Amino acid sequence: MKKLSMSIASIAVGLLALSGCGQGGSPDAPAEGGGETKTAPEYTVNESADVADSKTWQAAKDAGELKVGVKFDQPGLGNVKAGSKTPEGFDIEIAKMVGAELGFKPDQLKFTETVSANREPFLQQGNVDMVVATYTINDERKKVVDFAGPYYVAGQDLLVATDSDIAGPEDLAGKKVCSVDGSTPAQNIEEKYKDAQLVTYDTYSKCVTDLQSGSVDAVTTDDAILRGYAAQFEGEFKVVGKPFTEEPYGVGLPKDDKALRDAVNDALQKGMDDGKWKEAFEYSLGSADGVKMPEIDRY
Amino acid sequence: MTAPTEVLFDAPGPKARRNNVILSIVSALVLAGIVAFAVWKFADAGQLEAAKWYPFTFAQIQLVLLQGMLATLKVAVVAALLALVVGVVFALLRLSSRRIISLPGTIVLEFFRGVPVLLLIFAMFLIFGNTIGPFWSVVIGLTLYNGMVLAEIIRAGILAVPKGQKEAAMAIGLRSGQVMSLVLMPQALRAMMPTIIAQIVVLLKDSALGFIVTYQDLLYQVNLIGREYNNLLPTFLVGAVLFIIINMIVAGIARWLEKHLQRKTTAHVDAEGLSAKTVT
Amino acid sequence: MDFPELLRLFGSGIWGTLKLFTVALIGSFVLGTILAGMRVSPTPVLRIAASTYINVVRNTPLTLVMFFCAFGLPFLDIRFGASSSFNSFVYATIALTAYTACFVAETLKSGIATIPVGQAEAARAVGLTFGQTLNEVILPQAFRTVIPPLGSVIIAMLKNTSIASAFNNRELISAMRNAIELRGDLVIAILFGTALAYLLLALILGRVFDYLERKLVILR
Repeated sequence: MKKLSMSIASIAVGLLALSGCGQGGSPDAPAEGGGETKTAPEYTVNESADVADSKTWQAAKDAGELKVGVKFDQPGLGNVKAGSKTPEGFDIEIAKMVGAELGFKPDQLKFTETVSANREPFLQQGNVDMVVATYTINDERKKVVDFAGPYYVAGQDLLVATDSDIAGPEDLAGKKVCSVDGSTPAQNIEEKYKDAQLVTYDTYSKCVTDLQSGSVDAVTTDDAILRGYAAQFEGEFKVVGKPFTEEPYGVGLPKDDKALRDAVNDALQKGMDDGKWKEAFEYSLGSADGVKMPEIDRY
Repeated sequence: MTAPTEVLFDAPGPKARRNNVILSIVSALVLAGIVAFAVWKFADAGQLEAAKWYPFTFAQIQLVLLQGMLATLKVAVVAALLALVVGVVFALLRLSSRRIISLPGTIVLEFFRGVPVLLLIFAMFLIFGNTIGPFWSVVIGLTLYNGMVLAEIIRAGILAVPKGQKEAAMAIGLRSGQVMSLVLMPQALRAMMPTIIAQIVVLLKDSALGFIVTYQDLLYQVNLIGREYNNLLPTFLVGAVLFIIINMIVAGIARWLEKHLQRKTTAHVDAEGLSAKTVT
Repeated sequence: MDFPELLRLFGSGIWGTLKLFTVALIGSFVLGTILAGMRVSPTPVLRIAASTYINVVRNTPLTLVMFFCAFGLPFLDIRFGASSSFNSFVYATIALTAYTACFVAETLKSGIATIPVGQAEAARAVGLTFGQTLNEVILPQAFRTVIPPLGSVIIAMLKNTSIASAFNNRELISAMRNAIELRGDLVIAILFGTALAYLLLALILGRVFDYLERKLVILR
């Protein structure tokens, strides 16, 4: 017993030492681009919002919180930093913008992490009230959930080293291109660009590590996600800028809640008209030059 | 258990001892060479730059790693306790003399034992994740798999208790439930404790898979830090060291229990032989 | 994506799993036997090296072992061929081999411990060296006594090939991920299909080991 308690004591001491020797504050991410601190856009909360026809909205209003499913691992779109509890990114800003228009203050939004495979089940079973998580609108998904938006039309693109001569997907022959296992971008490469060597991992950060070490020549996925990495590795990587698919990102909503869908569409339209959308984009993803705001599809 | 390995060769004579010393030095040099080569290569690739390791000097990052470690331990402890319960239940089911009880037990056991734990966790998350959340997805996935492995270990332990124990217990008028709970099970658990703990180390290692279902465990935080500071390799190295430390402590506890508990059982179990029963 | 296409996807997934499994099986038997031999060898440095290796690798989660193979070895300029998929396959099998060999070695060592002392004494009495004693007398018997636990280790390795999906290997789990991405409406069916595929493979393996056990095991 003595030995055991000794070892427990020594672990405790070790842990204390570990937490005791750290510097205060947080380390600056060395590769974070820009430099100047940008001010977060602020959204005016529409106190008089009333979507009483929507059960989802009414329930959220009564509870005083709107549950939003977002990604936690996509820099620039929905990302949580080490030690932080709150995600940040363009998806998050869109959620705040829509939330404000629906009458919810930013601190009334409750963000839940979703991964690609569980967005539909989360919406169907009411775990979240809406999903803003690089969620491509397509017909298969429309069978089980509703979509507002699109709020952005992404396209599959390539992230390459700044001095790379890859100028589009047609240059991929014989090159190594990395994406996430089982994802739509990976499947696209496998089907349409058979001459490229596809490399797949479970996370994009592994792809980016490989791109940095030169083990792969390009990383491919939606341009919005790549922009996030390009911003993080300014001067090292660039986005080719020739999207070769169309991925309209929508706000996923529970099926058959038309009142809510209309309200979210109105909120998105208002944000695009009054410049908040552009502010959110530039805050999260960098310059919005040449970026087109999408046409909202009220199907 | 040491006896057979010691008879495999003679006690080293002066020549063998000298050879041993030479071999030790040579292998130490080779090892040092390999380490030096690796360090040089990693340094060359910029993986040893201060910038890659700098984040770890901050209390905030250490705290995040510590939280991840605690989350991993939490999931492992809860899953280990539940797996023990499941293990005892399924061991009893399988030992039942009635086929109608033992057969379904066997089928369920074989099913969960034959499927990768990664798939179990993922399936729990996709099917029930919305109601139970990531924590319970990991716990249930780990419990189902390891519970079944523990059931087999416990069953072997019960079968290893000498027949006389059961007969004596029955002779003094205990009912079969009492025989099991008062006589056989305690001895089986004690005899099997090292093996059980070895399996719990396996469970602890598998709990590293929690990150695939968004559970914020050690590897989740490792991925997160690596993504943010672009130091995937150093962060994984730190994560691995933390894992190895935790596992070695648990393995040490297993060895300690082995020494202190086995005297209190009549079950003749060759602990070395049984440790092979744990399944990664 | 209709049913035949899904089947084809899973067929290629099973093939990928089997490839990983077979190569790692051979590798881990070879390395495991060497490690077991080192652990009982007369040379202290070999004993220490083997037990350190086993203790470190066995206590590291396989995902981490694989990560270091896939992301550490390239930095050491250890590459295998120009094709990235072959390269990743080799990294994954190295990781699986390195990891599983520990368990094979531990199992074998406990098998060696069950061989009656007289066997080794007799072998040495007739003048066999340590290597001969081990190779000709002890290991053949040890292998036979540990067939059942070795079977568990090998079946566990079959399931552990699933981890390789995260490191550029196309096998059953990546087939499953592909299928879920394409047919989000069939999630549960796809999960069950994948589980059944693994069960089938594990069942066949279990049969093989049962057969070997009946044929070879020495009861004492």
